[in-house]
Amino acid sequence: MKIANAIFPWAAGLAVLLFAVGLPIALVTSPPDYQQGETVRILYLHVPAAVMGEMIYYAMASGSAAYLIWRHPMAGLVAKASAPVGAMFTALCLICGMLWGEPMWGTFWVWDARLTSTLIMFFIYLGYIALGDAFEDPERGDRAAAILALVGVVNVPIIKFSVNWWNTLHQPASLSLTKSNMSGEMLLPLFLMMGAYGMFYVTVLVIRVRSELLAAKIRNARMSQIAGNEAAQAIG
Amino acid sequence: MNVFSTLLARDLKLAIRQSADSLTVVAFFAIATVLFPFGVGPETNVLERISGGVLWVTALLAALLSLDRIFTVDYEDGTLDQLVLTGQPLSIVVLAKITAHWLTTGVPLLIVSPLLAVTLHLPTAGYAPLLLALLLGTPTVSLVGAVGAALVLGTRRGGVLLSLLVLPLYIPVLIFGAMAVEAATTGRSATPELLVLAGFAVLAVTLCPWATAAAVRQAVE
Repeated sequence: MKIANAIFPWAAGLAVLLFAVGLPIALVTSPPDYQQGETVRILYLHVPAAVMGEMIYYAMASGSAAYLIWRHPMAGLVAKASAPVGAMFTALCLICGMLWGEPMWGTFWVWDARLTSTLIMFFIYLGYIALGDAFEDPERGDRAAAILALVGVVNVPIIKFSVNWWNTLHQPASLSLTKSNMSGEMLLPLFLMMGAYGMFYVTVLVIRVRSELLAAKIRNARMSQIAGNEAAQAIG
Repeated sequence: MNVFSTLLARDLKLAIRQSADSLTVVAFFAIATVLFPFGVGPETNVLERISGGVLWVTALLAALLSLDRIFTVDYEDGTLDQLVLTGQPLSIVVLAKITAHWLTTGVPLLIVSPLLAVTLHLPTAGYAPLLLALLLGTPTVSLVGAVGAALVLGTRRGGVLLSLLVLPLYIPVLIFGAMAVEAATTGRSATPELLVLAGFAVLAVTLCPWATAAAVRQAVE
């Protein structure tokens, strides 16, 4: 927790700074694409969200593994606190992608391999969050959700492989974006936004872990209060 | 191995004495499949086109409904605690229970599926791949489902939650199961899809009992 407290102001400051610098460059001053025009600016919101959505899942799974193997409570907290952030990034990625798909492909949704696996990823996040909340004893929820995260991490590559197979047989790859070499003018805002998203995740993670710890303290204090009252009554 | 056969015999005996449970799952499979012609219309060419996928989706949903049978009763009456306390390897214990589940739901679904395929006008070439795909795919369904069933033990709204946990994990089996049928009906060989399904089954039988055992252990702790 000491490390978390030490990095918190830096992460929060960097997140604000990177958003303040990155957003104007990404949305206003960067050049429009010669093919896609102004809509290319969605890329700067969309791609980092996709990267974060996936990275946070792996962070969550590593935290869960550490929690189950070494019973390290902090790792469990990190995993639990990561899930809503990851789900939010995945949702952001899907929404941006749909808004981008409309002008580019002429439709909000196609059953493209990457879209489909991102959607499934979102459902896996939802399942993890729902399972963690489903128990009266929060510790059981943490453990069950940790096992689920590990089952999910084995499955994510299998799902991707299956969806790719399904997609290539059902759809000729007509909708893939022409990935031309990106110019430096585009890479700069992309990296700025990626850094901003990453720092945002760290900041929110620290806040969420702190509040989880406080909630656990309150729960324990209440429990001992109840136990104390009962003991007092038994004596009285 | 003794543990395995004893438990398997016990679970099968219980399932046969309460055979209404298995029959309900099969009945659900039938009614859910029969709903599709009402939804999409009775034209033969449409039904032919979707029959493989529809049968797979409804089979998955039917299996999903039966998953809570694997552990819930034993969890509620304390048998599961006893099984954990016996000190026998828990992954063998859960594997026996999963096998019993597959024999009492996967196999009945497999048996009635050709009959339902007839009502959906599945082309003749599709029957053998459908049966083979179900034979290779339903064990994975039971194995992966058991992990979910063990994880939701003791929750308040287990059923709905279970579907949210397990259905995303069923997508690979669904894709390859439905594609095997489609391959055969469009004149391609279904072998690649069937081999992948067999691979999934091997992977699932290796990893799932282990994960299920971990989930059961944390449920009874």
